[in-house]
Amino acid sequence: MNLVTEFREGLSISWSAIRSNKLRSGLTTLGIVIGILTVSLMATAIQGLNQAFVQSISALGSDVFYLEKFPWERVDEWWKLHNRRDFQVDYGAALMKESRFAQAASVEASWNYPVKYKDRSASSIWVVGNNAQSALVRGLTVKEGRFLSESEVAGARPVCVIGSEIADRFFPKESPLGKSLKIKGTNYEVIGVLDKFGKFLFANMDAQIVIPITRFVSEASRRPYVMLMVKVQDPKLMEEAKEELRGIMRKIRRVPPGAEDDFAINQQEQLVSTFHRVGGIIATVGLFITGLSLFVGGIGIMNIMFVSVAERTKEIGVRKAIGAKRRTILIQFLTEAAIVCLLGGLLAVAIAWPGTLALSRFLPVTLSLPVIALAIGISLLTGVVSGFLPAWRAARMNPVDALRSE
Amino acid sequence: MSLIRLDHISRRYEMGSETIHALRDVSLTIQKGEYVAIMGPSGSGKSTLMNLVGCLDTASSGTYELNGTNVSHMDDNQLADVRNREIGFVFQSFNLLPRSDALHNVLLPLIYAGISPEERKQKALDALTQVGLADRIHHKPNELSGGQRQRVAIARALVNKPSILLADEPTGNLDSKTGVEIMALFEDLSRHGNTIIVVTHEEDVARHARRILRIRDGLIASDEAVTNREPHLVALAGP
Repeated sequence: MNLVTEFREGLSISWSAIRSNKLRSGLTTLGIVIGILTVSLMATAIQGLNQAFVQSISALGSDVFYLEKFPWERVDEWWKLHNRRDFQVDYGAALMKESRFAQAASVEASWNYPVKYKDRSASSIWVVGNNAQSALVRGLTVKEGRFLSESEVAGARPVCVIGSEIADRFFPKESPLGKSLKIKGTNYEVIGVLDKFGKFLFANMDAQIVIPITRFVSEASRRPYVMLMVKVQDPKLMEEAKEELRGIMRKIRRVPPGAEDDFAINQQEQLVSTFHRVGGIIATVGLFITGLSLFVGGIGIMNIMFVSVAERTKEIGVRKAIGAKRRTILIQFLTEAAIVCLLGGLLAVAIAWPGTLALSRFLPVTLSLPVIALAIGISLLTGVVSGFLPAWRAARMNPVDALRSE
Repeated sequence: MSLIRLDHISRRYEMGSETIHALRDVSLTIQKGEYVAIMGPSGSGKSTLMNLVGCLDTASSGTYELNGTNVSHMDDNQLADVRNREIGFVFQSFNLLPRSDALHNVLLPLIYAGISPEERKQKALDALTQVGLADRIHHKPNELSGGQRQRVAIARALVNKPSILLADEPTGNLDSKTGVEIMALFEDLSRHGNTIIVVTHEEDVARHARRILRIRDGLIASDEAVTNREPHLVALAGP
């Protein structure tokens, strides 16, 4: 008897065994469905989280330095940094004057403020103070009108450039250009609308309002956290640029020779390495926990297969009496376990499909073909692994004892 | 050459600290075409003898030659092969697979023998026709009467053209009329040259055979030819 025949025979036996115990098979399958479902959704979510992060990170730009009071990494002696002086708005111009590597420097501060236009209002909109070079550094482009000019920034003019979502929200039927938007009680003239940029992990770039940084600082009710974003001309010379910027900043902030820097130069790479460390832990823990539910499902399969073997002892005896070899019996029961798990896997994928669609509203996820194949492969493997012990017991049964059982 | 040759066969079971001697130094030959009944009260060792002859079990000592092959020291898988080719079992409680129809039950030994689908279907149909069930091939066991179930079991036993038909109390679960029909079928098979061994404790069933072995306390107590064969058969042979 060859393997193909054995396998086919095993398939038909298993199928009829599963059908004759519908409730039991269904409940056992449910365990696998839950296991595979949680594992594949977790895998998909982790994948999506990674992707979302990579997208957001690339929005930060690999050729941009973030100069600010505090570093992005965790600092053990944070109290030492507490007394650092605030960044000033004029650092941007001073830095550009000195630097050979910098292409542009954006001065930046932001806060959430209430915004009003006629009868439309919102209590908390992300308002960003910027200078004229910010559009270039932050990668913002203008759809209508124009970005902030040097003189508007220098004169702290009450003008604003709005994100596309803000435009849709406050000016659904009219052009926002030239209209007067009330931010924190002061009127700002809309001079430009930004192109659609996209949502990112940290912020919705389309829901911001950009005003001159000078205006932002003078209107702010508390001291704003000002920082610089410096775009480097040649991304190949990042290290040199960083050293130069460091020197310039020390000069601007008058750090005495020999003293430590009282500012930080941050860049995208730092976040990437931090994320990979944290993301790795999240993925491991998440998959381990969901893997446990699959493990429980596998135990369910093993349990039910032991029952199935026990109640079919006589059948095993008969099959052996008429010539079934150990391998034949082994394959029969392994097939049964594998089919139950395979059904569970397929069902789980069928449920994971809409689940992923729901998830895709928050994260850039898709149920990729490799994930589907992996889910089905894992479910088969679960069946074979957890079915092995019961099947092995069946295969090794002594035909005389098996025939005698009732 | 004898079909079955048991040479000083013993079978012992360990039950805790006690050793049970189910068979003690039994020697026996059976020729091809014989119709033998094995009798004995329960606990006499007749079931053990049947299991050994049927290659379901192996002896503790002694030699068993079946059809010229020494099967005494074969492993599980080799024995399965021998059972498949050489032995057709008929059990008291039929032992059909409940979820399979008559045809599939009869097909099973052929599937295990690795015979091609077309050939095995033909052979199974032939065997079912031989036992008079050609019109019941797609019935499940629970849709058949006791006699019909035993006929399916006999068809399954015969389908691989085994050397021996080994029946363990084949009429034990049947009413007397059906039992007679089954015994008539055996008679017919015997006349066509099949070797039949029937294990029974019923004297009138045993007297269908041509030779009766009586087992007692693990020994062959008597081995005699049947002179006064069962009268049913005379009646059945009539018009």
